[in-house]
Amino acid sequence: MQPFTAMTGLVAPLDRVNVDTDQIIPKQFLKTIKRTGLREGLFYDWRKQNDGSQDPTFFLNQPRFHGATILLTRDNFGCGSSREHAPWALLDQGFRCIIASSFADIFYNNCLQNGMLPVVLKADEVLAMMNDVFAMPGYQLTVDLGNQTVTTPDNTHCRFEIDPFRKDCLYRGLDAIGLTLQHEAAIAAYETRRKAEAPWLFTDLRP
Amino acid sequence: MAAQTLFDKIWESHVVRAEPDGTTLLYIDRQLVHEVTSPQAFEGLKLSARRPRRPGATLAVPDHNVPTTDRTVGIADPLSAKQIQTLEENCHDFSIALFGMNDIRQGVVHVIGPEQGFTLPGTTIVCGDSHTSTHGAFGALAFGIGTSEVEHVLATQCLVQKRPKTMEVRVEGTLSSLCSAKDIILAIIGKIGTAGGTGYVIEYTGSAIRALSMEGRMTLCNMSIEGGARAGMVAPDEHTIAYIKGRPLAPNGELFEQAVHAWRQLKTDANATYDRTVTMQAEDIAPQVSWGTSPGMVTGINQRVPDPRTIIDDNQRQATMRALEYMGLIPNMPIIDIKIDTVFIGSCTNSRIEDLRLAASLAKGKHVARGVRAMVVPGSGLVKQQAEQEGLDRLFKEAGFEWREAGCSMCLAMNADVLQPGERCASTSNRNFEGRQGAGGRTHLVSPAMAVAAAVEGHFVDIRSWK
Repeated sequence: MQPFTAMTGLVAPLDRVNVDTDQIIPKQFLKTIKRTGLREGLFYDWRKQNDGSQDPTFFLNQPRFHGATILLTRDNFGCGSSREHAPWALLDQGFRCIIASSFADIFYNNCLQNGMLPVVLKADEVLAMMNDVFAMPGYQLTVDLGNQTVTTPDNTHCRFEIDPFRKDCLYRGLDAIGLTLQHEAAIAAYETRRKAEAPWLFTDLRP
Repeated sequence: MAAQTLFDKIWESHVVRAEPDGTTLLYIDRQLVHEVTSPQAFEGLKLSARRPRRPGATLAVPDHNVPTTDRTVGIADPLSAKQIQTLEENCHDFSIALFGMNDIRQGVVHVIGPEQGFTLPGTTIVCGDSHTSTHGAFGALAFGIGTSEVEHVLATQCLVQKRPKTMEVRVEGTLSSLCSAKDIILAIIGKIGTAGGTGYVIEYTGSAIRALSMEGRMTLCNMSIEGGARAGMVAPDEHTIAYIKGRPLAPNGELFEQAVHAWRQLKTDANATYDRTVTMQAEDIAPQVSWGTSPGMVTGINQRVPDPRTIIDDNQRQATMRALEYMGLIPNMPIIDIKIDTVFIGSCTNSRIEDLRLAASLAKGKHVARGVRAMVVPGSGLVKQQAEQEGLDRLFKEAGFEWREAGCSMCLAMNADVLQPGERCASTSNRNFEGRQGAGGRTHLVSPAMAVAAAVEGHFVDIRSWK
């Protein structure tokens, strides 16, 4: 996994609440067996107008937000389906950091598995940034995982919380499965103990 | 020992290792796998030269992409076909049990788990699918995960987790006639909101929950994620034990007796506390109909579409305006005046035999309204077979419903069952997101009984007074 330490990047605004993963990437793009190349499906329905042409008002179609690496959005981002294609598509588009006032649990977790940082800020902080993104062309933010801060162009520091274990994994780009496998002895000991008390859980499901 | 909730008991019995900061390595008893969220996980195993730790703890089935029409002709969509073929190859390469597309046991992953006796009380169950919460109906801790974690569980049989908070949702009293588990859960989501359960595991308690059948409890737990909770659960009782007994993958003989003894301990202790409690009275729950583009945008059949002008909160008003525009609805119009042109009875929420029995009994002797297309998609091949043995398919067909093969179908429209732009569907599924059932399609979430009545009348009606 690619480490995430700190970044400064152009911010793109998605000023909506409850953005679900069906919107982030619709079902027709889930038929792939790869993790890459999913940007084509990112916000596919929202990018278009009813006649099928590109909607020039949607943020992804606005030249001023081209090259954005930070997505700023609202409450409950990533709700609904567990599809990891949603963070894959955002990453494929170039977003490494998503800032919102809250996230759905599964999406939040899926970001962390892919070297992406989901940042939860207070609603009033998000609101202020949202206003500034629209008002100030080229608006950038600096996100520092080590210090757990987001810094605005006027040098306001907004603190965010992140689980220490997740932070460490992301900061160092650690292989989560490799880490768990280091506890092989503990897993084996658990299985031995558990098998004695609940043997029906260890029946092989294969014919 | 301190008093524990049902969740506490299951959690504690699955801790492999806990760090001082609370980060826990949690043992996962069983995993379900389907074709959409697994290919990249198997690819990851191959790239890192890892093998599944316990291939016998995983069960795979294709469901999202499968056609619900005649399958002997194969799958027309080459991408769907490729994804299902990839699942078959991966299960073969990694020695994982698979119910193939033409196996009678094939079906929606959350229908076949319970049906086969795979789903057991007190277990931890995961799947790369958010509706894994369904299995909580048996008193299991079951939750959806992403593909990276599918790979993690295959490789290690564990997941790294932080302990979630607990929420009790207590529903007391008796439901009105023909109101169902679907109406309960939609009303709960309407009350707590789509993010109300974020960070929590819900335990459903109270006399109205205890009175639900296992199918009803599955419907209830299934939509926990629509309230933001990754998992929902109901403590196992005699209904649960009776349901499991004799199923193909359930323990039998002495092992079953031993398991039952353990399952009877799985309930929240009298003095245990939850982080949050929400209460509802079953008598207050009218048949529910969603009007918007989020499952929390729901109301009773006897109500009206909301008027954004009366909403004070900016975000909520804008979200409501946007939803009404997408849905093509007028503020303040009565819900019963909403006309529909499509009806979908199916999905991991409402496609089990009990759902189909009720729907067929209501459809009997009636006919789908002119201009309405109605389809019934059983949850599994075995549900379909049983329904046919009981003659339900005949009742549906005589009433003008299409009778299909098992699969996820129009719940998410990954196969050929898709709404056209502007079409309006009364659906027994779980998500009314924009475009969920097809780009531009409009979804109203309802119970199976409400869906049948809407199919016959061409608009929503109050099932409690429907003749």
